[in-house]
Amino acid sequence: MALVSVKDLHKSFGDLEVLKGIDLEVEAGEVVAIIGRSGSGKSTLLRCLNQLERHDWGTIHLADQRLDGAAMSPGELSQNVGMVFQSFNLFPHKTVVDNVMLAPVVVKQTPRDEARRIAEQVLDKVGMREKIDAYPAQLSGGQQQRVAIARALAMNPKVLLCDEVTSALDPELVGEVLRVLEDLAREGMTLILVTHEMKFARDVSDRVVFMHQGRIHESGDPQTLFTQPRTPELSQFIASIL
Amino acid sequence: MTLDFSTLLPYMDVILVGLVTTLWLTVVTTLVGIALAVVVAYVRDGESAIASRVLGAYVEVIRNTPFIVQLFFLFFGLPALGIPISATVAALLAMVLNLGAYTAEILRAGIDSTARGQHEAARALGLSRLQGFRHVVLVPAFSRVYPSLISQCIIVMLGSAVVSQISVLDLTYAANFIQSRSFRGFEVYLVVTLIYLLLAVGLRLAFEFVGRRLFAFRQGGSS
Repeated sequence: MALVSVKDLHKSFGDLEVLKGIDLEVEAGEVVAIIGRSGSGKSTLLRCLNQLERHDWGTIHLADQRLDGAAMSPGELSQNVGMVFQSFNLFPHKTVVDNVMLAPVVVKQTPRDEARRIAEQVLDKVGMREKIDAYPAQLSGGQQQRVAIARALAMNPKVLLCDEVTSALDPELVGEVLRVLEDLAREGMTLILVTHEMKFARDVSDRVVFMHQGRIHESGDPQTLFTQPRTPELSQFIASIL
Repeated sequence: MTLDFSTLLPYMDVILVGLVTTLWLTVVTTLVGIALAVVVAYVRDGESAIASRVLGAYVEVIRNTPFIVQLFFLFFGLPALGIPISATVAALLAMVLNLGAYTAEILRAGIDSTARGQHEAARALGLSRLQGFRHVVLVPAFSRVYPSLISQCIIVMLGSAVVSQISVLDLTYAANFIQSRSFRGFEVYLVVTLIYLLLAVGLRLAFEFVGRRLFAFRQGGSS
């Protein structure tokens, strides 16, 4: 059974229908890259997966558990689905380690010393352990984003959602963030990424999903999809970004 | 005329009592008033429309009536309703309610300017509204409005001179008392003016000292 299973997902903002029936299954350990033009609904899809947006119709299951509606409390949800944002969204008044410890301590009620141990572990994983007492404003964008990844990992989620996590970064800082994601992929983390990094999508993901006008227009393994697009929309999209 | 401060010497203890009263009224009002403001700001932006309306009315009443009338209302009004209240308690209550209302509005401006991404990050991590407010929203909101907050607390401290009207033995009461005994009005009010000035400067310095520790995160960079 798929780890994440989305069925017939619909979402409108007012009169604008952004998602027009999405079906998507993601296996445990799979890395899925969602690509498409802006406005194609890819970020909305991602945000529905952790219920930052409430969809209007359809279901989302995590393993065999219903995730959407009121089926899961926010606290429960955060221990299943982690999210990393384009603009990092670190808490500016908390040090790196306090950013990472906050949710385990407050939401999961992990004892502080254990939460600290977990924080050191995940910060180690993203190469940010030596900056443990720095404030976000003292870090570069790439470092902030790595801390944001660590913060999501500290809740030990089953899936990590990444919403254009390198789009706000200076070009020379993109690599360090992508390397962290690659490491996570190699370790078997389930990743769903909305991305404009086509090279990353091609090299690291197991599957690429191309969204167009609120639907999944085409999906498949990255090699075939990028070299032999079946639809004119995808070939146009690929041509426009290369 | 000649200034003669020696006539004030016998009244030093009166001034000291007044100073201590003004000081503790200010300190307690600042602490309790800001705590009240945090609660009011949280509830006003909350899910309960009724609670929000009630607190909205409280804020508007306080902000649109004179402080001295609020003070008289509590001091003379509450006993008339069968609730006995001492002058000191009435003064403290009036000051806390006054500071609470103004500071709640100041604080809400800071809360409203919280970036959407902060709320989303808090929600994605599973924090409830209260947890997000407490751990994510509150401290940066305070840091953004801190200068206005300091000014408001100083305004309330200076405004506390009015409580002498219901015979609370504060600094202004002491000044009036000494003046009526010694008839050295100029000297008395000169000294008391200087004391108020020093209190205001001291209060600001104390706030700035606390602010530097509380908002150390701002010194690292621009955010």
